[in-house]
Amino acid sequence: MWSLAWTLAFVFLAMALSGWQRLGLSRELVVAAVRACVQLFLIGYLLKVVFHLNNLWLTAAMVTLMVCVAADNASRRGQGVAGRFWRVFVAVSATEVCTQGFLLAARVIPPKPSYVIPISGMIIGNAMVAAGLFLHRLRHEAAARRGEILVLLSLGASPKQAARTVVKAATKASMIPTIDSSKTIGLVQLPGMMTGQIIAGADPVQAVRYQVLIVFAILASAAVTTVVLGFLTYSRLFNAYQQPLL
Amino acid sequence: MTHSAREHPWALQFVNVSKWVVGEQGRRCVLDRLNGRVATGTLLTLVGPSGAGKSTLLSLCNLLQTPDDGEVWVLGREVRDWPVSQLRRKVGLVWQQPVMLPGTVADNLALAARLHHEPPADGAALLCRVGLPADLLHRPAHELSGGQMQRVALARTLANQPDILLLDEVTSALDREAADVIEKLIVEWVNSEHKTAVWVTHDTEQARRVGHETWLIAEGRAVEQAPTAQFFTAPQTVWGQRWVLAGQSQGERNA
Ligand SMILES: Nc1ncnc2c1ncn2[C@@H]1O[C@H](COP(=O)(O)OP(=O)(O)O)[C@@H](O)[C@H]1O
Ligand SMILES: [Mg+2]
Repeated sequence: MWSLAWTLAFVFLAMALSGWQRLGLSRELVVAAVRACVQLFLIGYLLKVVFHLNNLWLTAAMVTLMVCVAADNASRRGQGVAGRFWRVFVAVSATEVCTQGFLLAARVIPPKPSYVIPISGMIIGNAMVAAGLFLHRLRHEAAARRGEILVLLSLGASPKQAARTVVKAATKASMIPTIDSSKTIGLVQLPGMMTGQIIAGADPVQAVRYQVLIVFAILASAAVTTVVLGFLTYSRLFNAYQQPLL
Repeated sequence: MTHSAREHPWALQFVNVSKWVVGEQGRRCVLDRLNGRVATGTLLTLVGPSGAGKSTLLSLCNLLQTPDDGEVWVLGREVRDWPVSQLRRKVGLVWQQPVMLPGTVADNLALAARLHHEPPADGAALLCRVGLPADLLHRPAHELSGGQMQRVALARTLANQPDILLLDEVTSALDREAADVIEKLIVEWVNSEHKTAVWVTHDTEQARRVGHETWLIAEGRAVEQAPTAQFFTAPQTVWGQRWVLAGQSQGERNA
């Protein structure tokens, strides 16, 4: 425990630099350091309890909470798209159920909270980023392609047909970061989970096995999230008379 | 669901139609209890100062905008009672500013067929109808000139086989010869197939040449509505008289 206290030196270093350069960030740094400590320790103890109890419902409740936080966070990106919290919630839940369900059903990971919760965290976190990007791009694309949408509608296109290119572009754009980061993974930086496992004494090859699993899972999660979200949101771009809203 | 093939005598009817828009100076009334009706088989030309609400009136006919008050009837049915996609197939709209979809000219012309899962129309024949050479078919649509795009946009709408055409200054980017081709095409389309067209135009002479009937839109209403010949020779209202006089002096300047 005391060895950890020494790492506070990093915070002091950052504060000293901030003071010297008059960045005016000292207060923010203290707040950030304190928050990080408190949140992580709380989570650490909470996880200890959850892992120890090894209860299905408690695990499910934790995962649901994670999905809620992720949905709230991502849905802030889609102003103008009504009812987006629930749509993101459904998309992220579907992603979690599909990917985590597959990992469990195929017995890739054992059904223990100590596996399910951290891996869920990564899947949901990635789904959150993809969903946020999707909503942001959807608005942008719908505005940029308004003329095209009007042409399609005027020819009698259904909302689904009229929204197709916009949804497609948004889906593509929101998957690209996940795909790009998968391409360079391990070359520039070791992924956090792998680093942690190696430091904790795991065999690097064993750590790589889990990391590969994670990479595949988050690729799938980005795809599932954006595709489900696409299906759930395209109709929100139009009103009851099939007029564009954005 | 399907509308009976029996022709309705009135292609369009406007009953106390009002439309407000929210602009920089707050809410503004663009159309103010406008009334009028267009018989099937009529080519109606719409004239009026810019900003009078002509484009807005067109967009009410295919429900791209909803009237705030009053009713718009298309072929005997109120626009909001129509299945929307069906209404928009029957009522084709061509904008002043043509928007090409990504792809070639042929892709754009095949759009309507693709949307409705039908075999594509003959692209070369469509281009020929609007006075464009068939070798444009495989050119990227974005590379066309403004005038070519205007004509492709018209052909793209014609491919949908509408019963009513709404044309918003569709010859504004065309030279006189190209505009002649379009005028002949539309007149012929209306007369021989007993179709209906509403043509917004800035060109008073064009309104006079092609129209069966002409409306002057001003102050949010159709202030003068008359058979085209009468509209230009014996306007009944002060508004109409002023418009025709202004048009004559403009015509003399151009001559
Ligand atoms: N989307 C819109 N938002 C705000 N104002 C609009 C919008 N569309 C049209 N208007 C206003 O409505 C009025 C009528 O426009 P429009 O129908 O395009 O006139 P016209 O076609 O006769 O020139 C104009 O004053 C225009 O500024
Ligand atoms: Mg206009």
